[in-house]
Amino acid sequence: MSHLASRHLLGLEGVSKEDMTLILDTADSFREVLDRTIKKLPTLRGITVVNLFYEPSTRTRISFELAEKRLSADTVSFSPSTSSVQKGESLRDTVQNIEAMKIDMVVVRHKSSGVPYYLTQCMDANIINAGDGTHEHPTQGLLDMFTIRRKYKKLEGLRVVLVGDVKHSRVTRSNLWGLKTMGASVALCGPSTLMPYEVERFGVDHYTDIDEALEGADVVNIMRIQLERQQAGLFPSQREYTNLFGITRERLKRLNKNYTIMHPGPMNRGVEITSEVADSDQSVILDQVTNGVAVRMAVLYLLSGRKKEEGADND
Amino acid sequence: MTNKKFDLVIKGGRVVDPALGFGQDAHLFIKDGRISAIESDSAEMSRMLKTLDGDQVIDASEKLVVPGLIDIHVHLREPGREDEETIESGCRAAAAGGFTAVCCMPNTTPRIDNQETVKFVQDRAEGASARVYVVGAITKNIEGKELAEIGDLVKMGAVAITDDGHYVQNPDIMRRALEYSKMFKIPVCQHAEDQYLVSGGVMNESFQSTRLGLKGSPAVAEEVAVLRDIALCRVTGARLHIQHISTRRAVEAIRQAKREGVNVTTEACPHHFVLTDEEIGKEFNTNLRVNPPIRTKEDRDAVIEGLVDGTIDCIASDHAPHSEEEKDCEFDQAPSGMIGLETTLGLVKTYLVDRGYLDWGDAIRKLTSNPARIFGLKGGTLAVGAAADITIIDPDKKWTIRAEKFRSRSKNSPFIGWKLSGQVYKTILGGKVVFEL
Repeated sequence: MSHLASRHLLGLEGVSKEDMTLILDTADSFREVLDRTIKKLPTLRGITVVNLFYEPSTRTRISFELAEKRLSADTVSFSPSTSSVQKGESLRDTVQNIEAMKIDMVVVRHKSSGVPYYLTQCMDANIINAGDGTHEHPTQGLLDMFTIRRKYKKLEGLRVVLVGDVKHSRVTRSNLWGLKTMGASVALCGPSTLMPYEVERFGVDHYTDIDEALEGADVVNIMRIQLERQQAGLFPSQREYTNLFGITRERLKRLNKNYTIMHPGPMNRGVEITSEVADSDQSVILDQVTNGVAVRMAVLYLLSGRKKEEGADND
Repeated sequence: MTNKKFDLVIKGGRVVDPALGFGQDAHLFIKDGRISAIESDSAEMSRMLKTLDGDQVIDASEKLVVPGLIDIHVHLREPGREDEETIESGCRAAAAGGFTAVCCMPNTTPRIDNQETVKFVQDRAEGASARVYVVGAITKNIEGKELAEIGDLVKMGAVAITDDGHYVQNPDIMRRALEYSKMFKIPVCQHAEDQYLVSGGVMNESFQSTRLGLKGSPAVAEEVAVLRDIALCRVTGARLHIQHISTRRAVEAIRQAKREGVNVTTEACPHHFVLTDEEIGKEFNTNLRVNPPIRTKEDRDAVIEGLVDGTIDCIASDHAPHSEEEKDCEFDQAPSGMIGLETTLGLVKTYLVDRGYLDWGDAIRKLTSNPARIFGLKGGTLAVGAAADITIIDPDKKWTIRAEKFRSRSKNSPFIGWKLSGQVYKTILGGKVVFEL
């Protein structure tokens, strides 16, 4: 097995082109497995993976669970609402107790940025970030890149526009770091109140005019708008947001001919994207979901079996 | 009272007292807990020194002998969080850091917003390794709604007032606090951060907060607060002291206000002139979560510039102990604050003196006579007749900050493992050695 430079996947910032290419290439072969009648491999037999989902999630949690099962790992899923977290147990104690039951890998989703890194300080297991606060969601970034690469056979030179609440989106950060490293051109677009502070320092284009942003783009990846942002006064109404930034059929005329529509979900139909666009032939939204299983299988596979004592750490 | 002519003699050190404008090799004589003389070396002196008992003499050659350091911004956590710090342990930490006097903040549990709590702290401080001056609250329960009984607090011994940890958000209440405090000639100290602009931020708003996905607290929250309070200070003619200044524009605002003659002073903390928000990096080290947050390089440089040109009057640690359990958690769940009493002097030496920003005289002034002047405290000088509160510094001693060496009950310092130059050699309080290396 070729190895990744790190035994954890905490984010895509700083991950090399070689490592990302290895993950995407590995995911290619797992993607084929998903089309077989028997979708199961013995690869992770004997490995126990714990899914720590401190935050609600449908597709990421199921996607990871399926990826683990497809690779024959033993899996346990954890939900804080039915655990000792309710009794005030600290995160460190919770994870150290789980680790004491001899587990190998942890997939973690948490509302606080930095928790996956914190877990690397608390336990020896391989840690996979399944979304931390507004920091990163690396497997989503990888599956988005995987989906684009499957269609265009490349990432380099493509223009990808990320539209919406890019400030609070962990998906945006992972996409941005990943796509930049792989040679794509990235642009961000959204209301100025939902634009990250000092966005220009990412070294990407950024727009508050959607029509300008979409000009000549190959891919539009739409980030979800949360109602609570409106309640916090970051934009006046969903109606105005839709008028200014909603992705409609009309706006797609500005894209390159062979364009692609993406959304990490869950979608607010009629707000950030019309159903007509979401369900169009150019939409790969459901492909993203399928590809997510393959990408997560690749990540689990490449990180499995690399314990601390094996060295070669750079985390 | 002893029959000896002197109780203690500190011989041969470089005596630096900015209050006296004194900086030369000299011997310091102590009797009955007070400075009784400072004498230059001479043949006669040498003969006299030879007649003293060995235990009466501290050889301070190659050392700096300075007034006991004064920290006007310290959290002692007692009453309420004695697991994090007690007045006794905090004072031991102070002595180890060269501080002979500390001013404790009122955001304890219960708050120091009444005479009884002031008295409690004073009683607990009896016999401690440092003098403890109490800073009372501006408003009842530090809620920013009604003025605390400021007159009673001052009568009991409070030397200043602050709602530290909280900004007095209501401008009318802040105006009244400034007006009312004028009667007692005490400074009103402000933790300057507009809470609406902070809006739950957990680190400085910058590219780093963008990268890390942590909610940012913008520099403008401090700037707006400082500008508002300067305006209120100007109109009331009261004394305003801005605590732990951290942003470039806030420093500029105070520089401008001082030029205009507004009665405003300010302090800076070591973490704001040593660190930048890039330190939070990928490690999400909760010991780097402080309030106000560690800012950008530009802000840090402006704080240094403010220290150099005198805009920033003094250096304070904002010693804020937190238990290991409380800090061992998610970054955005961690309480704000780091300890500082035992690391301040070394950081000042290594990052300000060694880099040529301040000479020893300036550095000592910002740690002794200036804080004493701002809070109206006795001390901060080696003048004959003053209490013999003295710090002896080994100016070039190389040392490494070790968690196990802290006298504080808490270890929440991001500087653990850092190598510094300049260490406290002995701390003397009222003529008695309370710390020695």
